[in-house]
Amino acid sequence: MNTRIGRQTVKIENPPVILDAAAIVGVKEGQGPLRDSFDKILTDDTLGEKSWEKSESTLQRQTALLALEKAHLKQNEIDYILAGDLLNQCVGAHYSVRDLDIPFLGLYGACSTMTESMSIAGMLIGGGGAQRVMCLTSSHFCSSERQFRNPLEYGGQRTPSAQWTVTGAGCAVLGAKGDGPKITHVTTGKVIDKGVTDISNMGAAMAPAAIDTLSAHFNETGMKPSDYDMILTGDLGVIGSDILTELMLKEGFDIRRNHRDCGKLIFDIEKQDVHAGGSGCGCCGSVFCGYIFKELKRHNLKKILVMATGALMNPMVVEQGESIPAIAHAVTIEN
Amino acid sequence: MKNEMTNKEYNEYIKTKTPNSKIFSNCAKAFLVGGIICVIGQCIIWLYEKWGLDKESAATCTSITLIFFGALLTGLDIYPKIAKFAGAGTIVPITGFANSVVSPALEAKTEGMVLGVGAKIFTIAGPVILYGIFASAIAGTVYWIVSLF
Repeated sequence: MNTRIGRQTVKIENPPVILDAAAIVGVKEGQGPLRDSFDKILTDDTLGEKSWEKSESTLQRQTALLALEKAHLKQNEIDYILAGDLLNQCVGAHYSVRDLDIPFLGLYGACSTMTESMSIAGMLIGGGGAQRVMCLTSSHFCSSERQFRNPLEYGGQRTPSAQWTVTGAGCAVLGAKGDGPKITHVTTGKVIDKGVTDISNMGAAMAPAAIDTLSAHFNETGMKPSDYDMILTGDLGVIGSDILTELMLKEGFDIRRNHRDCGKLIFDIEKQDVHAGGSGCGCCGSVFCGYIFKELKRHNLKKILVMATGALMNPMVVEQGESIPAIAHAVTIEN
Repeated sequence: MKNEMTNKEYNEYIKTKTPNSKIFSNCAKAFLVGGIICVIGQCIIWLYEKWGLDKESAATCTSITLIFFGALLTGLDIYPKIAKFAGAGTIVPITGFANSVVSPALEAKTEGMVLGVGAKIFTIAGPVILYGIFASAIAGTVYWIVSLF
């Protein structure tokens, strides 16, 4: 059974195990500092498909199948697959799971989808509703640029605060029994909107949601930042991370020592010219399922908090004058 | 958040955290590349004039030529690379207009020639075309009224 220990936090009494995880990334991500930690690096970001949307769903499907293979499981042994991405109507996920024979729940949490799916999967398994659940998410630079910004060949300059959408996917397979790191706590975020309207400054739009969820997590669990080997955020990037650590300090929590951000880890910010860092569902997805999961398996990390943040942004509504709501979901993972 | 900031305070705060674009070097690069494109244009005008076109026809043919090369370099994925360096230097000249028409067209190919390319080709250039025509209509009307007296 799960125990609700606060307004936003659930302690999972029978914590589910992350049985295995797979990460596949694009060409540029494969040139970054984490290149050795991914299961596969694409040599062609189209994946042989005719449209970027199809490329993304193929990327997602390949990652799901790879995760199953690594966990030595068959599709009929999985009770649910929880998947989502950034595209309208979650087409990346819907067309990737179309070919799978697994009950599906679609999620949209923008870039927070990885931890949103692990939160729900954790509670599903902890509550006895499932034995094994797959958590899957992806993003693709080219399909995201198309939907949220400009055509790829358009000649424009990005602002220094802009982030680079990661081409990548991550899939974690969770089970009620087995060996591996466990999800022990889940803190679900609220939608927070501090009135940021600049769609080129997602880090600043998402940081308040991260602060809100992180503060709630510490207050409700009684844990301190020093209890964690790492506090990993999804894609706050350079600016969002700076805001998070500074404002958390004002809240009374010093996370400067152990805070890391997937958006800063996945690229060499200067050399790869990604301005404020990586972003997208696939950023946390591939960094967690690739690099971080391997570090957990090697016991280099004992206890971590993973908190992916999402800018719940729709370009049309922002053009109508609205600001950007944001969300952050956190999960505690212990070895 | 204990130390709750108002939205206004937060937006003021993030301004201090967000680096600005390098306006001076961006302007210099834009001036350099935009200037080079104009020099190339002038050379093409002279070339057409040398080939026997009158001044007006030479200017028209130069625009057509620059649009062609803007479109070609967009298709070859070279234009966006120059534009990343040049900024406004490649947006303002007529080659930038070609780029803003060709780039959505290239991308919309996957949705077909009618609902894709046909419907989306002017998504970026549309406002320029609409308000350009609108402004010239107003200017024409003003000119006509003035010329009555």
